[in-house]
Parts: sequence; structure tokens; C-alpha cells
Amino acid sequence: MKKPELLVTPKSVEHIRALIQAGADAFLIGEQQFGLRLAGEFNIEQITEATKFIHHSGKKVYVAMNAIYHNDRVDRLASYMQKLSEIGVDAIVFGDPAVVMIKRETGIPIPLHWNPETIATNWFQANYWGKRGATRAVLARELSMDEIIEIKENAEVEIQVQVHGMTCMFQSKRPLLGHYFMYEGKAMEVENRKHARNMYLHDKERNSKYPIYEDLNGTHIFSPNDVCMIDELEELLEAEIDAFKIEGVLQSEDYVIAVTKCYRQAIDAYAESPDAYFDIKEELLAKIEEIQPKLRPLDTGFFFKETVY
Amino acid sequence: MTLLQNDHISEIHDGKRVIVKKPELLAPAGNLEKLKIAVHYGADAVFIGGQEFGLRSNAGNFSIEEIHEGVKFARKYGARIYVTTNIFAHNENMTGLEAYLRALENAGAAGIIVADPLIIEACKQVAPKLEIHLSTQQSLTNWKAVQYWKEEGLHRVVLARETSAEEIKRMKENVDIEIESFIHGALCIAYSGRCVLSNHMTARDSNRGGCCQSCRWDYDLYAVEDGESKPLFEEGNEAFAMSPKDLKLIESIPKIIELGIDSLKVEGRMKSIHYIATVVSVYRKVIDAYCADPDHFKIKQEWLEELDKCANRETASAYFEGAPGYEQQMFGEHGKQTKYDFVGMVLEYDEETKMVTLQQRNYFKPGDEVEFFGPEIENFTVVIDEVWDEDGESLDAARHPLQIVRFKCGHKLYPHNMMRKEMR
Ligand code: SF4
Repeated sequence: MKKPELLVTPKSVEHIRALIQAGADAFLIGEQQFGLRLAGEFNIEQITEATKFIHHSGKKVYVAMNAIYHNDRVDRLASYMQKLSEIGVDAIVFGDPAVVMIKRETGIPIPLHWNPETIATNWFQANYWGKRGATRAVLARELSMDEIIEIKENAEVEIQVQVHGMTCMFQSKRPLLGHYFMYEGKAMEVENRKHARNMYLHDKERNSKYPIYEDLNGTHIFSPNDVCMIDELEELLEAEIDAFKIEGVLQSEDYVIAVTKCYRQAIDAYAESPDAYFDIKEELLAKIEEIQPKLRPLDTGFFFKETVY
Repeated sequence: MTLLQNDHISEIHDGKRVIVKKPELLAPAGNLEKLKIAVHYGADAVFIGGQEFGLRSNAGNFSIEEIHEGVKFARKYGARIYVTTNIFAHNENMTGLEAYLRALENAGAAGIIVADPLIIEACKQVAPKLEIHLSTQQSLTNWKAVQYWKEEGLHRVVLARETSAEEIKRMKENVDIEIESFIHGALCIAYSGRCVLSNHMTARDSNRGGCCQSCRWDYDLYAVEDGESKPLFEEGNEAFAMSPKDLKLIESIPKIIELGIDSLKVEGRMKSIHYIATVVSVYRKVIDAYCADPDHFKIKQEWLEELDKCANRETASAYFEGAPGYEQQMFGEHGKQTKYDFVGMVLEYDEETKMVTLQQRNYFKPGDEVEFFGPEIENFTVVIDEVWDEDGESLDAARHPLQIVRFKCGHKLYPHNMMRKEMR
């Protein structure tokens, strides 16, 4: 069996060291000017430092350039990509076709991973972007297990699936928190809470809590539950999904380290024998449940839930 | 305003500047009746939903036969029909696509509005006569991405609602492709295609037409401090809300035309024929007046008032005139009633007897003051005198939907003119 790559989103260079210890194979980093909803901010110097370290450990590093770009930021893409190429990162993660254009025009030789989040819903699109330079497609989190497996069976590119953590449900360009405070005449709050990441919306009808924050890219709202597939990995492993992502946004460093260790163990056990995985999966789930923040219930996302339309 | 390099927008005729690049006015229609009204009231093109591959599963959708009939009707006016096929397909939606696209082509649709490259590529292969327009679901926000879609052979791109006039200008300067932009109607507050609130809250897939506007519900905002949830609202505060005011760019039409935007889109396939007729006829007048004499153009108060007669939410300019502030959202209110009811549609008018034959659409009675409007007439108001049914029986009120009634009216009327009544 081919082991999937275990991809994590670190908060800092220090965090990367611990995550390598914990068994991560690859890292997604970047900064909000170019990438969306990152666990930590890494400027070019930090990317340089992190890349050296990650490569030294024989691991991979990908840089997020998956923001929805307006004209002003398009002007800066080429030089940023050039720098990333010099640093030698292993791939750029994109959603906006502007990145494909710039790669074409400049010939910058970095592989691309296609990740437009919600809209990556079928294998045709995965292959379409494959023909345009993508080596990997990152699937929407709103797909079912069957859909994911069918995509993998038909894909000519690598397939990445998120197996753990929260997912984004909504991105608006408008600063919605700021607007709410302004409407209520609380100008102080606009400033005070600009960078805060501790807010949530309470949906009384469903009794759900949706984390919400603002940054350069607008307002982001997240799922009320954290996906956790630790005890349901069999089908994904059997299908040889190429990469499993643990999303660390809005989680603590320690939490992400502990979760990474669990998935490392699960993947390694399964590679040994499916039985070895079955023997430990309940235990691994219990470990995660133990450290799970009390406001964040675990679930299995859309893997086993059908949506209608 | 300076003219753009690559687009020839105006010329001087007999010492007077006129607009030679008149944009298309593009209207929505949820069924054949609405399509016909949109065209009759002055739309240059109409977008409709077919029965497959489109968002808005509940918007009322056209069968292939109905599309064909709509196309035939539109052609008489020189108008075009586009069909939205803008879902992001899941594997299960991939079958039947080619046959469907061929059927649209055969039915005479001028183009399709698409988001998923799966449908784009299939269309190029099997239905090459259809124009391909990129849907706003792709949230297209920069000129480089516009260039990408140009190179992919698309005819037109519909921009994200988050693009400003300045941004569109640069797209136009850099890429030779048709640009379609929203001028009127409801908005997503999220980047289109990037909202799955409904998937989570109601297990309905918003990118396949299942959106239930969860963004317009009320929420309470909290912060977690020291492990405790602390409310960020007090007694008397409104709930946290994300509801945007509807888009209305009537006063920006001159700027939009000078930018060389090719198609001006009105949103709302679920809207009534009264809404479509009102909105289309007002924008028709504004566009025509500006193009005929741009240098002496002034927006008329009566146009603004007319447009308001079908509004049921507050309106704003969203991103076109720069980033919208909090005043462009609604807190603690959820729309209002329209000021006018659509009460009847003219079927016939007999100039000799001054008798109107009208199809009732809402309750009215003798003594009511009503207003007539339509593409052939200037709006006017009359008080209804005696009303008869088809058999000549005098009525105390027109109570029944679609009932045929008659009454006298001194002003000349035309079929499809509409009658509305102010609500009190
Ligand atoms: S919930 Fe609101 S923002 Fe989201 S898709 Fe629906 S209308 Fe748009």
C-alpha cells in the first residue's frame, strides 16, 4: 500500500519542528496577502527558514496562493512566485486562474496544487486543471466518501482530502464584524477586535457555534464541528488518496501536534496491516476526544452525509 | 471620463456625441410569460434556467420545448436567450450533459452561462454554436483571470459582484472580451461559489441550487475569553446579520456605458412579471436616453420613483462605486412590502368604445385609483369606473385571479400594458 502524505498547517517555524517529530510529511504555509485562512503567518524570510528546515528533514513544503485576487494583488503575484521558486518550495496552492497565467508567462517551474475549496467537486475539473499545470487537486470538503473515491479513480492528478479540523463555510469580501460594530455605534470594538480570532456566531435554532474572523481577504465563517476521520480512514487508505490534510486553523499548536501523532500512528498501522489499524482506531479517537475543545464537537463532515438541492 | 483604448464607445454625429456601443440589457425570466414580458418591455436578452445543470432549482425552469418557443418569440424582437447551466457538478451530475447541450443549441439558445469547466469543455465539443459565458459563480475578480478565460475561448465573462468600476476599467483595457456586470437585484454577501452555509445548516448544496439564504438569518455574536463565552451584544442591540441591501445601479448607468461594459444584468428569475416589466422598462429608458445624448443626460426623478414601485428591499450600489460600508447592510429588518400591487394586464383595447379588456392579477374595485404603464405609453393614473365581467355583468370588485374583466379608460392602451395600484 502507498502511504498518503500527511499534510499539516503549522503556526510557526517552532511548530514545524514539533510537527516533524509528530510525523507530518508536508506543510502548508504562507501569508494572508496571498493565501486563505492560514493557521499561521509566514513572510518570505520565514518561508525561507521553514523551507530549509523542512527540506533538511526530507519533508515537503507548499505555499498557499489560493486567495481570490483583485487587480491590485495580481501585480504582486509574479515577484512572489519568483521568490518562492528561488527558495525552492515544492508547490504553490492556487485557486485563481491568474496564477496559472503567470506561471505560463514567466515559466516559473513550480508545480501547482489546485485548491478553490468549495468548487472542486468532480474529477473532470481535477483533470482539467491538471492539463493546465496542476499536479494535485484538493477536493471540496462538501463531498461524500463515494464521490471522493470516484474522483480518485478517475483522476490523473494527485488527490488531497481534508481528514481533520474545521472547514470554511463562507467568505465575504465585506468586513462583516466591523460593520456590525459600526452599526451598533461601537467604533472601539472595530479596532479592538480586528485581529481577534476568538469570536463565534451562535445559531440558536440549531444550537451551533460558527467561528468567525476578519482579515485582509474579508470575513470568514467556519463549520460548527471539527471533522475527525481518525476511525474512518479505511476507505480513503484503500482508495490510495494521495494526501490527508489536518487543518490547524483556529486550533492550538499542541492540539495540532497531538492530532498529527494520532494520524501518523493510524496510517503506519494500516500500512502494516488493516487489523493493526482496527485494533488501535478506537483508542486514537478517544485520545482526540480527550483533547477536543469543549465548544467544538467532532463529526465526519460530509463524508457520510448526503446533501440535496 | 476618458474613453478606453480598445473599445470604441462614442462618435460625434452632426456635432453631437452619441454612444455607438450600446450595452445589452439582460433580464431574468423564470417562465415563458416572464420571458415574453421582459422582451416586450425592452430587454435585449433574457437569461433563463433549463431543467438541468442550473442553480435555482425552484426558480421555475424551462423545458426544451419552452426554450424553443421563447427563442422564437425573442427573435421577433431581435432579442437573445441565454440558458444558465451554472452548477458545479458532482460526479452524479455528469451524465446527460452532452445531449442536453445539443438540445439547447438546437432550440436556438444564443449561449449558456457556465461555471464548471466540465460544462465549458463539453459545450465546446458538442454544441459549438452556443456562446459560452462564464458565470459569476466563478467569482472572477481580476484582469489576469479574465485573460485566462479569454484564452480558453469564452465569449463573455460575468464578473464577481465584488468588482469596482476602477477594476472593470482595467479589465476592459487589458483584455478584449465581453464583460457582463450586475446592475440590479439581490446579491450574495459571500463571494459567489464560496458559500456553503446551506450545506452545513440544512444539508442543501448551495452550489447546485440549494441555497436557502442562511446568510439572511439572525445570529448572536460571542467571544471566548478564558474559556468562557461572552456576549458581544447588549440589551437593545440588533442581532448580528449579514443581509446585504439589494443592488441598484441606475444612477451609475452613464459610467457603466462609458466603461464599455457589454451587458448589464438584472438579477431575479424568481421575480414577478410586474417586477421584471418595471425594472426592464426603467433601465431601457435610462440606457436609451444616455446613448442618444450622453453629454446632456440627466437622470429623471420619475425613473427613480418608478423603479421603487416594485422594490421590496432597500437598495445600494454594493462594490461598483467602491467598498460598501455598514449602511449597505440590513440589521433588524427583513425586507418590506412593495408599495404597489400588480392588479391587471391589458389584453385588448378598443379605441372606439374606449373599452379595456384586462386580466385580473390582484383584487381591485370600482373607485380605485390605478396606474398604467407599458413600453408604448407614458405612465398615467385613472380612477376606475364601472367594471364588468365577460358576460357584461356589472361587478362590485374584481376578485378572481386571472378573471377577464372590462372597464372604460380614456387613454389609449396596448396589450401587455400593466395596471398597478398603490397599497394603503
Ligand atoms: S446563504 Fe447567502 S451568501 Fe450564501 S449562497 Fe446563499 S444567498 Fe449567497
